[in-house]
Parts: sequence; structure tokens; C-alpha cells
Amino acid sequence: MVDSATKPQGAPAPKTNRIGLTLADYKGSPSTLCDGCGHDAITSQIIKACYDVGINPHQVAKLSGIGCSSKTPAYFLSRAHGFNAVHGRMPSVATGASMANKQLHLLAVSGDGDTASIGLGQFCHIVRRNIPMVYIVENNGVYGLTKGQFSATAEKGAKLKSGVQNELQSIDLCSLAIELGCGFVGRSFAGDPKQLVALLKAAMSHNGTAVLDVISPCVTFNNHEGSTKSYKYAKEHETPLHELGFVGFYEQITVDYEPGSVQEVAMHDGSKITLKKTDHDYDPKDRGKAISTIARANEEKQFLTGLLYVDESKSSFTDVMHLVDAPLATLPQDKVRPPKSALDEIMKSLM
Amino acid sequence: MKTLEADSAQKLEQGRVINDFSIQVATVNGSGSQSSNTVLMRSIFQMGIPVSGKNLFPSNIAGLPTWFTIRVNKDGWIARKKEIDILVAMNPQTAVEDVKSLRPGAVCVSPVELNLDKVRSDVRHYLVPFAQLASETTENIKLRKLVTNMIYVGVVAELLEIDQKEIDVAIAKQFEGKSKAIELNLTASNKGRQWAKENLKKEDPFYVEKMDKTAGKIIIDGNSAAALGCMFAGVTVVTWYPITPSSSLCESLSDYMHEYRIEEDGKATYAIIQAEDEIAAIGMALGAGWAGARSMTSTSGPGISLMGEFTGLGYFAEIPTVIFDVQRVGPSTGMPTRTHQADLMSTYQLSHGDTKHILLLPGSVEECYSMASAAFDLAERFQTPVFVLSDLDLGMNNWMSEPFKYPEQPMDRGKVLDAAELERLGKFERYRDVDGDGIPYRTLPGTDHPLAAYFTRGSGHNEKAAYTERPEDYVNLMNRLDKKYQTARKYVPKPELHESKNAKVGIIAFGSSHPAIMESLDQLKASNLQASYLRLKALPFTEELRKFVDQHEHVYVVEQNRDAQMRDLIRLELPEFSMKLRSVRHFDGLPLDARTVTDAILEQER
Repeated sequence: MVDSATKPQGAPAPKTNRIGLTLADYKGSPSTLCDGCGHDAITSQIIKACYDVGINPHQVAKLSGIGCSSKTPAYFLSRAHGFNAVHGRMPSVATGASMANKQLHLLAVSGDGDTASIGLGQFCHIVRRNIPMVYIVENNGVYGLTKGQFSATAEKGAKLKSGVQNELQSIDLCSLAIELGCGFVGRSFAGDPKQLVALLKAAMSHNGTAVLDVISPCVTFNNHEGSTKSYKYAKEHETPLHELGFVGFYEQITVDYEPGSVQEVAMHDGSKITLKKTDHDYDPKDRGKAISTIARANEEKQFLTGLLYVDESKSSFTDVMHLVDAPLATLPQDKVRPPKSALDEIMKSLM
Repeated sequence: MKTLEADSAQKLEQGRVINDFSIQVATVNGSGSQSSNTVLMRSIFQMGIPVSGKNLFPSNIAGLPTWFTIRVNKDGWIARKKEIDILVAMNPQTAVEDVKSLRPGAVCVSPVELNLDKVRSDVRHYLVPFAQLASETTENIKLRKLVTNMIYVGVVAELLEIDQKEIDVAIAKQFEGKSKAIELNLTASNKGRQWAKENLKKEDPFYVEKMDKTAGKIIIDGNSAAALGCMFAGVTVVTWYPITPSSSLCESLSDYMHEYRIEEDGKATYAIIQAEDEIAAIGMALGAGWAGARSMTSTSGPGISLMGEFTGLGYFAEIPTVIFDVQRVGPSTGMPTRTHQADLMSTYQLSHGDTKHILLLPGSVEECYSMASAAFDLAERFQTPVFVLSDLDLGMNNWMSEPFKYPEQPMDRGKVLDAAELERLGKFERYRDVDGDGIPYRTLPGTDHPLAAYFTRGSGHNEKAAYTERPEDYVNLMNRLDKKYQTARKYVPKPELHESKNAKVGIIAFGSSHPAIMESLDQLKASNLQASYLRLKALPFTEELRKFVDQHEHVYVVEQNRDAQMRDLIRLELPEFSMKLRSVRHFDGLPLDARTVTDAILEQER
């Protein structure tokens, strides 16, 4: 901690979090994305969420695939190692890194092309394995870097700038994730920082794969009239399922709510999510209802946001693998090379 | 009293052929004949006689023809032998063709109802009522097929004079811990033996006699040997997708790790993941290698093709991992259960852009074991994917070997900086060539130091790992990667030289061709051709290659692919010797045999 008495007058010490780091310690290189890109708004909330929960940047591994969204890990947490994988294959890299060092906090960013098209298979399998990680899909419905082709999350009827209409049904990554057994599924909007930061913090407390589908308008290729992923469209159609709050395990906060107005979800690490009810009477622990609610919202062209589904009882892949406590990566030789007697025994059995 | 030698000489005079023949058992796959064939092979091995076994099987679960060949050779030649001396024709589907392929004077053991004696009269037939003997052995109809296999073992054992004691021991080993199975198989083998003793008149020259050439030796397949190598190399993350002929590598690794790498508290010092495909398998292996684990994957040709893009990332972003390629016949699905060496060129330069990889080329089960350790050390030393190119013949067939040696060297984890070293250095640039050998330093995720972090990417990057499209940064990076590759020449296993004084002819080969080449050298000598032999063990090439080619007038590069891939790689390496290089290619999917090599060389030397 900086002793404020030693500081010159008029220059207050920057605010620090519970581990003594400033917000700047969580920043990365300057963004090279288009001005106003939804991805940059998400980056800001990732920085804020990491600062708020007081995670140690060096204990984070940032992962991404290929695309505009996958560039963003360079723009936050410069003190964390980052890995920009090949297109659509970030989940496999994350799986390997998780096995090598289970103490790392994996923070992954992908896009709708990277996840819902080329990477759909790996997305399904990382959810199936339940690798502990936050998996953010920065979803804008188009391929930005290749100049605006539709992605698989573009809604049927959505229009490109050129007027071309999407004739195909979209893939809803949230209902897919729930279907696949994901234990934490949320949907948010880059233009709703308050909800997004709460969801990010909650996702970081989850022991397993936490999927966050964040609608993130592409200001260059998909922000026009007729787009269903523009700022205007999202703002007009966003329907929060609840008002989300997050109370970290390290916080001593008690809030009085009107009885029955707030649902609390206890997280794996002792944190809790508070869900203040809105007009919707929605229980994110009901898997069947989650899927039907999303399906109905999609039919009615509603843009539902919030914590769609949560199940804190599932075992993560690292639990299932029964790994030793120390990271596999740095186990000493005597732990990983069996003794000579083992080889002798095996050789004898082969004689 | 006759000495043993005199006795053998007399037997030879009587036309006895001792410890030098091949047996082929033709069956249907899925019939359980593998156990019987292993028992037959093992009992001969136990008598101290060098043997090798090769399973020629279809890509099918049950019902298609399969052939198991056992070569018995007193001189220790263990390559495939082209000619079959004793056929056990148990498969009605192929019996006629099988017996037609025999040379005159060969032996054929077959079920009486197949009437094979009507097909060939110049072959010595032993007709056996297998069905009847099987029904006398067990009332269980389901088991009859299985006991039939052990009955032919008994018949063959009686004909060759294999001690029943040896059969008993081999059965006990094969069915270890399953007393019912042991009892049934003992009964069946005795049934066959007894019937043969009472009903067959020995009219062929083939016999086994005890020797002392296998004492202390082991029998193992290359995939299990590689698995052992990986375990003792300290592998911690294994990711794989099932594919013939590589699956048994990771499966046997899984068995060994379960036995030897679980701590007392029940927790594992490893993770083995069956991935959703080969792309995921290599992605996981690279993710683990990046995070500091000794990681590996194992696959075959189609998997190698799928791993292309990620391998390029591993090369360009400098991430260690080990990839076993147990080669099968391509292109495409090809012949999944046949052997080849045709992935050489495509693996060497796997992925788009300027890439070249370190390849290790094991030539024996022992090297499948020892090169695993070498591969992990090289991968971490050079921070790059390292390939081990085995093949189906080496990987899935049983081979005799000296017992494996415990690794003497400690693991080489390469240039990894921890927090204390970062603090001491006060500076870290991920892709800077600090030592002048082309190999930069790396840090692992999780390192608690403000200098530790860097961003790994497959896009253009400068020495500080920052994104760049600057021409000079790109050229600098690519030249350093080449420099690193040149440094690797001094670290990879050196070739093995078998020199024949004043030989004008040189032979170069690699991998599973080795036993056939050794036998061929002997055959060439008998035809008055002295030849030296250099067995390559790795790419990049080492200086020994140039010296060898320079010293010989003609150099035959023997390999198991159509396009003379190794010959062409040597031409690229030594363009000035291009005219000296000749080629012997064998690529029908069967393991290489000595006679093919000998004949091809003699023809070109004539």
C-alpha cells in the first residue's frame, strides 16, 4: 500500500483493489479496432471485473481464436500470458493449458464466426468437458476482418449493408450450451455495462465452463437499419430477465431486500449472485424452462439478457481428472519419471 | 555318445531344416487366433530361438481374412520372409488361394473338409479333423471357434517338436490370471498334439531345436515401447484421437500411467484426454506445451493431415510438443492396416508457409522407447513440435529386443525463465536470440513477475512478441527460425553406420526397413557385393550423411514409398551428389523383406 502521507500534496494515490493493484494494472495495449466497436466496450468491462474481484493478472491466461474479437485479449491484462490460437480452435488450446496448469484462471474471448461456424465442434466439446474457464463470445453476426459476410448467429431476415437478406436460421449459442450441459450461461449486451460486469464477475466464480454470449455491434458492417445486432436494435429490444448483482466471497455486504423480490445464487467459491426480479418470473436453475424461454424469445424477436442458466453442482474437468494439486507443468522429475525398479518390473514381464 | 553338433549334422543330412523357416496362419479376423499365434511364437522364443511375428490384418472388426506370419531364424534375421514354409490354412475363404501361393515342397496344415490336397499335390499336406476335435474338447458351441485355434497350435507343436512344457508356459502367460481360460487352452493344445501324434506321419524337414539366443530378451510391439518411452520421459499431458495403427500407443500408455503414475493419495501426475478429433488433439497438446507441460499426441497419416495448421502455429509461435506418426498406407484413407514410410515429406514440411520440422526415425522397438525421451528433450530445447515417425510394422507387430535401459540423463526442459531469473536479468524478450543459437527464452503462464507475460500468436510478431507486419521483423524472425533449425543438426540422433571396408556401394535406409537391410547386406555379401549401410535416425540431416555419400560410388536409398521421398530430401541436401543417388522402393503395404532389396540392388549393379 502506498503511504499517502509521503505523497506530495494534491496528488492523491490512485485507487487500488483488494490486492493493491490499480485499474491501470489490468489494462492492455491500445485497441486497434474501429472507433465505437462493441468489443472495446466489453474489454473495458473485463478490465473492470478483473480489477473489482482482485484477481492476480499473472494467474490469468488469456485465450482467443481468430477474428476481431480474438484480437481483444491484447487490449486487457498485459501482465497475463496470452494465446491467440488458430481459427475456431481456441477451446482445445484452453483444454491443454488447463490440464498443464489447473491453477490458471482461463479467460477466453471468441467471436460468432470463431465459435458458431468454424469452431462449433470445439465449442461443443469444451462445454461437454466443462473446462473451468470464462468463454466470452463477442457476437456481432458478421465477419468483420473479411469485410462483413454473415455469420451463423445472424438472425433469419437480417440484412447486410448491401441489402442481402439472411435466409438461414441462426444458431443460438446459449440454448446450445444449455442443451450440452453447460453450468453457467449468460447473455448480455456491450451497451449494458452494469449487467455485463456483474455477469463477468459471476462467471469468474463458476467452477466449470461459463459461456457468455455478448451482443457486440459491429459499427462498420452491421450497425445499419435492418441489422438485428445494431446498437439501436439491441437497445430497443433488450429485455433483462432480472437486475443482476454480484457479491464477492471477500465482501462483507448485506443488503436488505423485500422478501421474495431477490433470488440469490450461491457460487462455488462462496460468492453469490443476486437476481432482483423484474416483470419476468424467471428461475435460472430450471434447465427446461431456460431452453423454452430462449426459444420463445427468439420467436417473438425479444432480446433476453441476464443469467439464463446456472448449475453450481457440476464437476469440472479438472475435478474429473483427479489431478495432483500442483500444476502438471512444473512437477519435478522424481514425480513424473517412475523409478528404475518400475522399468525392471515391466521388462521382466515382457521376457 | 553323439555330440549335439554331430547330431545336428546328421539331422541335416537327413534333410532336416532346423530353426529356419516361416509359418503362416491364415484365419478370419475376430476369431481369437491372435492369442494362439502369440502362444505359438512365444513358445519358440522361450526355446531360445530368434523369432518375429507379423500380423497382416484387414481394416475390419470380424469376418475378413487375416494372416499371421512367424519367422523362425537361427541367425537372428527378423525381417519378413517372402516365402512361406508352413501354412496353417484355417480360413475357407482364402484357403485355395493360400495353398496355391506356396512353393513346391512347402507344408500345409488344414481342416480335412477343405480338401486342399486336391488343389496342390506338390505340397506336403496334413489334414486335420479340427471340427471334430473341437467338439470333443468343449460342449460350448461358442467356444469351439476359439479352441480350434489352440488345437492347431498343438498340431504344429507336435510336428515341429516344440516341447509341450513351452506351450504350457506360453499359455499361462497369455491368459495370466484367468484360470478357466488357461485350463481350456491347455486341454485344446493337448488335444491337437495327441491327435497329431497318433494320426500324422511326419514327412517334412522342419524342426525346432533349443538354442540360447533369446535369453534375457523381451518381446514387445513398437507402440507399447513408445508408450513406455513417453512415461519414462515424464510426459504429463497426452491428447489423442483413435486411429489405426496408432491407437494402441496411447491405450498402452494409459495402462502404464495408471499403474505407475498415480500418487499414494490416488491423484494423477498426468492427464490423458481422448479428443474429439486430431485438430483438437494437437491443439490441446500445444496448449499444454505452451503452459509448460511435457505434452504429446499420437496419430497416423489422416490425423497428420488434420494437424497441419496447428503444427504451423507450433513452429511459428515456438511451442513444444511431441507428435507420434505411426504411418499407414495413404493417400486418403488408403490401406489403414498396411505399413508405409510415405508421410516423410509431408510431415517434414507440414503446414503452409516456410516450415520444416525435426523428425525422429526409430528403426527398432528399442528406439521407439529411447527416441521418445529424445523427442521430448528436443521439443523443449528447441521449443517446437517434434515428430517421431514410426510405422504399422514397427508399431503393431511383436519384436524381440534387448531390455530397455533406464534413462541416464535428466529431462532437458530447455530455456525457461522463472520469476527469480527474470528478476536477475531485469529484461525479457520472448523471441530474441540471446545466445546466438537461434533459440529464444520463454516463460510459463502463471509466472509471478511483471516481466513474465507475453502474447503468443500465429500472426507476424517481433522479438517482443508484439504484432507486426514490418518486412524486416518478419525476415529477422524467419531467419532466426532457420538458424534454430541448423542448430538442431547438432542435437538430433546421429545415423548408425555399418561399414564394410572398401565397399563401393552404399545403402541408406531408415525406420522399420532396418532388419531387412541387415539381412540383405548378408545376402549381397554371398553374391560378392560388399556394401556399407547408413541408417538415418533424424531430420535435419547431420554431417555423417555427406561423408557417407561422398565415400561411395553408388548410394542406394531404400524406402517404403512410391516417390523416393528420402532420396529426394537427400538430393536437396546434397545437390552435388545427385547423380550418385539411386533408389530402391517398396510400397505395396507389406513389410520390407531382404530379398526385394538384394534383388533390386544386384540388378542395378549388374
